[in-house]
Amino acid sequence: MADALIAITIVWGFVFLYGIMATMDFGAGFWSMVYINHEQTNATKIANSYLSPTWEVTNTFIVGVVVAIYSLFPGAAYTIGTVLIVPGSLILLLLTIRSAFLVFSHSVEQYEKLLTYITGITGLIIPGLLISVLPITHLGVVEGERGSETLNLFQLFTNPNEYAFLGFGIFSTLLLSSLLLSDYAKQVDEPIAYKVYRRDAMITGPLAIVLAFMIMYTLKNEASWLYVRMMEDRTLLLLSLLLFVVAGVALYLPYFSKRDVKGMPRVAVIAVVTQYLIASYVYGKAHLPYMIYPNVTITSGFTDPTSFRAVFITYIVGFAILVPGFYYFWSIFMRDQRKKIKKKHISQS
Amino acid sequence: MDHLQIARTMFGTNMAVHIIFATIGVGLPMMMLTAELMYQKTKDLHYVVMAKRWTKALGVLLGVGIPTGTIAGVQLSLLWPGFMEVIGRVMALPFQIEIYAFFVEALFMSIYVYAAERIPPWARITSLAFVAFGAFSSAVLISNVHAFEGTPAGFRFENGEIVDVDPWAAFFNPSFLVTAGHTALTAYTTGAFVIAAVAAFKMLKNQYGTTEYKYHQKALNLGIVLGLIFSFLTALNGHATTQHLYYEQPEKLAAAEGLFETTDHAGLTLFGITDREEQRVKYGIEFPGLLSVLSGNSFDTVVTGLNDFPEEYWPPLYVHILFNAMVIIGTGLIALSLFSLIWHKWLKKETYPKWLLWLFVASGPLSIISIECGWIFACTGRQPWTIYRMLSTADSVTSAQNLGLLFTLFIIVYIVLFVAVVYTLLYYFRRNTVSDDIYRAEQKNGELFESNS
Repeated sequence: MADALIAITIVWGFVFLYGIMATMDFGAGFWSMVYINHEQTNATKIANSYLSPTWEVTNTFIVGVVVAIYSLFPGAAYTIGTVLIVPGSLILLLLTIRSAFLVFSHSVEQYEKLLTYITGITGLIIPGLLISVLPITHLGVVEGERGSETLNLFQLFTNPNEYAFLGFGIFSTLLLSSLLLSDYAKQVDEPIAYKVYRRDAMITGPLAIVLAFMIMYTLKNEASWLYVRMMEDRTLLLLSLLLFVVAGVALYLPYFSKRDVKGMPRVAVIAVVTQYLIASYVYGKAHLPYMIYPNVTITSGFTDPTSFRAVFITYIVGFAILVPGFYYFWSIFMRDQRKKIKKKHISQS
Repeated sequence: MDHLQIARTMFGTNMAVHIIFATIGVGLPMMMLTAELMYQKTKDLHYVVMAKRWTKALGVLLGVGIPTGTIAGVQLSLLWPGFMEVIGRVMALPFQIEIYAFFVEALFMSIYVYAAERIPPWARITSLAFVAFGAFSSAVLISNVHAFEGTPAGFRFENGEIVDVDPWAAFFNPSFLVTAGHTALTAYTTGAFVIAAVAAFKMLKNQYGTTEYKYHQKALNLGIVLGLIFSFLTALNGHATTQHLYYEQPEKLAAAEGLFETTDHAGLTLFGITDREEQRVKYGIEFPGLLSVLSGNSFDTVVTGLNDFPEEYWPPLYVHILFNAMVIIGTGLIALSLFSLIWHKWLKKETYPKWLLWLFVASGPLSIISIECGWIFACTGRQPWTIYRMLSTADSVTSAQNLGLLFTLFIIVYIVLFVAVVYTLLYYFRRNTVSDDIYRAEQKNGELFESNS
């Protein structure tokens, strides 16, 4: 059990990291489509310049999630693979088109407009599909015996909880990405784009929180086992709500500087990410021991103990390389982007 | 097609697309590294330009290679949950480590591209070496899973349960080194001949003596030398791989050679089609005794024929053609590069005749065809198993039905990608010609990379 707990924490960690990175990535794609005809704001340019170099790293993480699940919980992977064939394949197809055109558009200017629409549309659909995996795991819509399990799509799509998650996933994507882009725009001195994204965060933030309440409300009826267990940690849930308020305040706070901008987007980004961290911890904890309710638990799907130890060691060694490497990559990338945009400022003025 | 066939075709199609980009993705970094080292040796700017243009091409190709690789990784558990359950329990290590290998590659690639002009040559070469190392490791690790499928180790089935799991024994399974080595060496061979093919084509299009011609001739020469080295090493390794088949998967070897009756002095048949009814290879050229020699280094080696195995264990018999195509192309590549080297170095010929250049143009696509044949042979030759004598393909496949529609969608996406990637490469390299890049490189403060990456 202790090993299985460590293992599920690793999976949760990967899911959370991918979740944050991917929402920012997908959301940036969506915003670049929204502002394609507002050239004076530079909002599309900001979103695109953020989008391009990060997808490869983000992509590593989705593979990381999948590999973590099947190497730590091969028994669960069997059921998950069987029931997710349709949504999983759709995600793959959309991701493929998106990544390929992200790369091609560096070399072919004509692709840029096409790319904006591709990343824009997939930017909403992929998070919607991804988040639907959660209701699939807790609503009890997986039917049949082991070996011939099926996903009851009718039950899934007539369940209000699924729609609450869907909406929450989409608005969270928009919230996180607009927050990040506002911070990014501020860093590279783009006050107009900054204001645009700050406004978007102010709109999508309240909507996301309303849908979060909708999730809890529908969960009460549709998966009461999960609701009851989540409410056991209500202090943490309240803390997460408080952090949302902090983010709101940070955005409205007057920012004392010579520049004509208001708010502290960096604080808001950190507050909101922490908010999601806490909330997803509460959700994940309450979800245990089920991986897929009620068919698969973390003990029933857990890998062989010897394999676990070997895999666990690779995680430790791997992360020792990954974390500093990632930090270095990020600093190179940010420095490079800042320089590029400054260069443009100079050439324009 | 029945359910199992659709699932196999679906996965096979993905692999067939992915393997092209993955192979070049391993081969090109080695060529780039060679070009950078050549620059340090000769201080000839052409080699910098080569490295830069190949980096750009690699970047575009990865736009297909990475997503199709992601599909492969995820589709494994979507289409083959039974297989991945065993792999997850026993053989998870290569997948785990591969993530980090990929990460190292992506990381150093961005350092190489973004910071190339700002860091000293040794740092540039080091980061490129890490890119090549990451790509190489990915190939080796994933081939290891394939090796495990043919020669499983590190676990046993007891009443349907997996017991006695030893993940490192599975990792170092008997055919790991030969199989992984084969993948790496053939990828380098392919990288070299793809470069040679493009260079030869450009030499045919450009006037002799122009800067562009000289540039491409240098690229071709690099391709010839490295192509010869790696295709020769591939042949040595291929021999070892085949001997492993003789010991570990005899029915695969028998099917590859179309051998039905167990015998010593077994002959090797080149070309031809295996006939199930007549139990022989029709229209082939037979070399008596050669198969015994290749299998066990002696005419007296007894090679087991297909008839000694129950027919439901037979791989499909068409693998003979695939095996032949692979071997013949490989041998042809050795001959081609060896001849050209002798022509250039010993006969001191300044130029290559047109027919030879055309052969090089063909060598790129042919080496890719050979890779495809090799993979299809390796995977269909293992049928009816996903894990040899342990887990059948039928027991591995998903129970989810109606894959047809999804398969169609995947095919459409692959076609779109193919068209887009070819268009992108043509478009970009037409806009940014070799002379543009050479001009940029000759400017002292010229930013070769940042200008268009």
